[in-house]
Amino acid sequence: MMLAAAILIPMATAVLCLMLRRRAAVARLVSLAGAVALLIASVLLLVTVLQGGPVAAQMGGWPAPFGITLVADLLSAAMVLITGIVAVAVAVYGLADVTRNEERRGHHTLTQALLAGVCGAFLTGDMFNLYVWFEVMLIASFGLLVIGGGKAQIDGAVKYVGLNLIATLAFLTGVGLLYGATGTLNMADLHGIVPGRQDEVAILGAAALLLFAFGAKAAMFPVFFWLPAAYHTPSVTTSALFAALLTKVGVYALLRVFTLVFDAGHPSIQAVLLVGACLTMAVGVLGAAAQNGIRRILSFHIISQIGYMVVGLAIYTPLAIVGGIFYLFHHIVVKANLFLIGGLIARRTGSEDLDRIGGLWAARPWLGVLFLIPALSLAGIPPLSGFWAKLLIVQASLEAELYIVAAVALVVGLLTIFSMSKIWLEAFWKEAPAGTPAATGTVPALGAAATAALLTPALALAAITVVIGLMPGPFFDAAQVAADHLVTPDAYVRAVLGGASP
Amino acid sequence: MNSLILTTATRALAPLLLVFSVYILLRGHNEPGGGFIGGLVAATAFALLEKAEGVARARRLLRLRPLTVAALGLGAALLAGLWGAVAKGHVLAGVWPLIEKTADGGKSGLPVGSVLLFDVGVYLVVVGAVCGVLFALEEAATALECEPDEGGAGRGGGAPKTIDQTMDRTIDRTVDGGDR
Amino acid sequence: MELILAALVGLLVAAGAYLMMSGYLVRFLFGLVLLSNAANLAIFAAGRLTYAAPPLIPEGALAPGGPVGNALPQALILTAIVIGFGLFAFALALSFRAYNALGTAEMNAMRHAEPVPAPTPTAAAETERPA
Repeated sequence: MMLAAAILIPMATAVLCLMLRRRAAVARLVSLAGAVALLIASVLLLVTVLQGGPVAAQMGGWPAPFGITLVADLLSAAMVLITGIVAVAVAVYGLADVTRNEERRGHHTLTQALLAGVCGAFLTGDMFNLYVWFEVMLIASFGLLVIGGGKAQIDGAVKYVGLNLIATLAFLTGVGLLYGATGTLNMADLHGIVPGRQDEVAILGAAALLLFAFGAKAAMFPVFFWLPAAYHTPSVTTSALFAALLTKVGVYALLRVFTLVFDAGHPSIQAVLLVGACLTMAVGVLGAAAQNGIRRILSFHIISQIGYMVVGLAIYTPLAIVGGIFYLFHHIVVKANLFLIGGLIARRTGSEDLDRIGGLWAARPWLGVLFLIPALSLAGIPPLSGFWAKLLIVQASLEAELYIVAAVALVVGLLTIFSMSKIWLEAFWKEAPAGTPAATGTVPALGAAATAALLTPALALAAITVVIGLMPGPFFDAAQVAADHLVTPDAYVRAVLGGASP
Repeated sequence: MNSLILTTATRALAPLLLVFSVYILLRGHNEPGGGFIGGLVAATAFALLEKAEGVARARRLLRLRPLTVAALGLGAALLAGLWGAVAKGHVLAGVWPLIEKTADGGKSGLPVGSVLLFDVGVYLVVVGAVCGVLFALEEAATALECEPDEGGAGRGGGAPKTIDQTMDRTIDRTVDGGDR
Repeated sequence: MELILAALVGLLVAAGAYLMMSGYLVRFLFGLVLLSNAANLAIFAAGRLTYAAPPLIPEGALAPGGPVGNALPQALILTAIVIGFGLFAFALALSFRAYNALGTAEMNAMRHAEPVPAPTPTAAAETERPA
């Protein structure tokens, strides 16, 4: 019941928002209330899992592996919790950022549908059901991307839709092959069948197709180009939501499927993952260096950071997986925050193009401090959360004697500092260029309520970053338990196939 | 469209299709059929009406806005899921309040319950979604035909702007449910 | 029969991939349709092809009378078709809108989201459209 709540709450909120689409003021609050309810439900779910281990629920009462199973181990529960946090942050920020026009065209309905899809993907225990939740998430994100209706949005959406549909079809074919080879699609059931048969052509083929599909969703090299084409085009609220959650669902799917079903330690899978992850890190950060818009720089950094998470899976030692999971949590918070703050900078200066803004340090020093927290965390400066995440990954790669990987991770970290300092220098220290709104003081002022709505979520997320950074212990322990659940999924399998239901 | 044959035939066909769609919806419990296909048949009836008598009349006959119909359907499906959770402890579990076990181990009663509610939800979602898309497309096409100024359907110059605005208007009309 | 289906899937994928290579949006979408049909056929073949009755349980019985076809792949395909249909309808509407808004259906000419860098940074800034 608790498991389904995380999916049912956003769905019910989506229905309510659809009914209330002509009363924007009410729909806005309903959407916020739905996000808060999701957060509460996710906290309850996390507490349950922390106390009693993985829980499972069979939809319609059909026993696994015949019915659809929802299942939460610590990784799933934590991902749902962080989804709840992002949902609330984005809903609050949206109070002052989403335009009336976007609201009328279903911003709240689509956002909630997206959340339902994301939570569904985190909680399902069935391959085909995972495909369905991916689609729910995808079609909602298509809608969110184009409701503004601008040329750049439509152009970005064409590329986003195109590549994601190809990935979707690869996913579907992979699922089909897997079913043909094993006769089941329940992940816990597959765990008992696949590992011994990894070298069969059909199973390895399915693994390759799924790797391509999840890699494309996670924006891995070489199938990442949909992301920088699309993420900077919609409203800040929407792009923060995308940046925080969409690619991470791909990473989650990689983590889940390539530990539980397939074995990422299989030589050919591991080679692809390692090379792909390193190239992803490098290409992302180099791409960012060539950009000039704040959100475009940040979009490329998502790609580079995805590389770190996947490298954690690719090294495939317990420590590396802990690092990957820790990175995943830290990055969702930091990246959502950076997009929100990027939006704040644009609001204060009238543009997000670094050539057209400047002088923010003199005008708004607090905004600078607020920006520095997630920016330095992203680059991996101690004592912020990103430092511990990077430390774990580098340590794990050194222990596994993968020195090239460690070197790439360190160099990419340095280049990340370069990108962040570029934003800092251009937006904060440089004088505002003559003739721009920032210099002439013609930027529309923000009301007190709007400032509060825009600032509160950024502050809260920055606080989370600092807390993780200063007290990494409990989070590290939690990541360790989550990694244990992944590497030795006995409790997970028992929860699903044992028929136990909370 | 202005065809006497189509208009006359539609008057007979549309109600028949609607009745048939409900039959398929109910039949779906034990035999091929169900909410999805029933909803498509019902949507066909509205598509016919829209072609024969215009979008405005089809919208009036649907009474509710298409998106509202879809939202109601989604709500019904959700309720069906919750009903199972409350009554049997499993989300989406089938609940049959009107069926009782007879003395000889069989079952008797009316098979009305959460599964049917779910199917009705699917039916409404399909009707709402298909009608919403159809009406919007028809209105966009009509609007484009009626406003051929600035170089017709060509590209370049001022024409795309007009088409853009037409589309925006169509989207807004779909959201708000038309001028009534 | 499996061989024919396998060859058909291969043919559809090849044709779909070929169409997608062309830089035109509409051909890309047609390629996508072929690919999605190939995926569905692959699932169908993966569920084993047998000569059997439809998987319906006669009234009063608890199990089907004789051998029946595997219903699961069909359910999966039906779901996939419905989802694919929805996504394709969206993609078509989007490309129509893109053609009208951007004035072209050629992928290489669509540079609104990622403008080609101009010689000077300020010129590039002019063409970019911040939200």
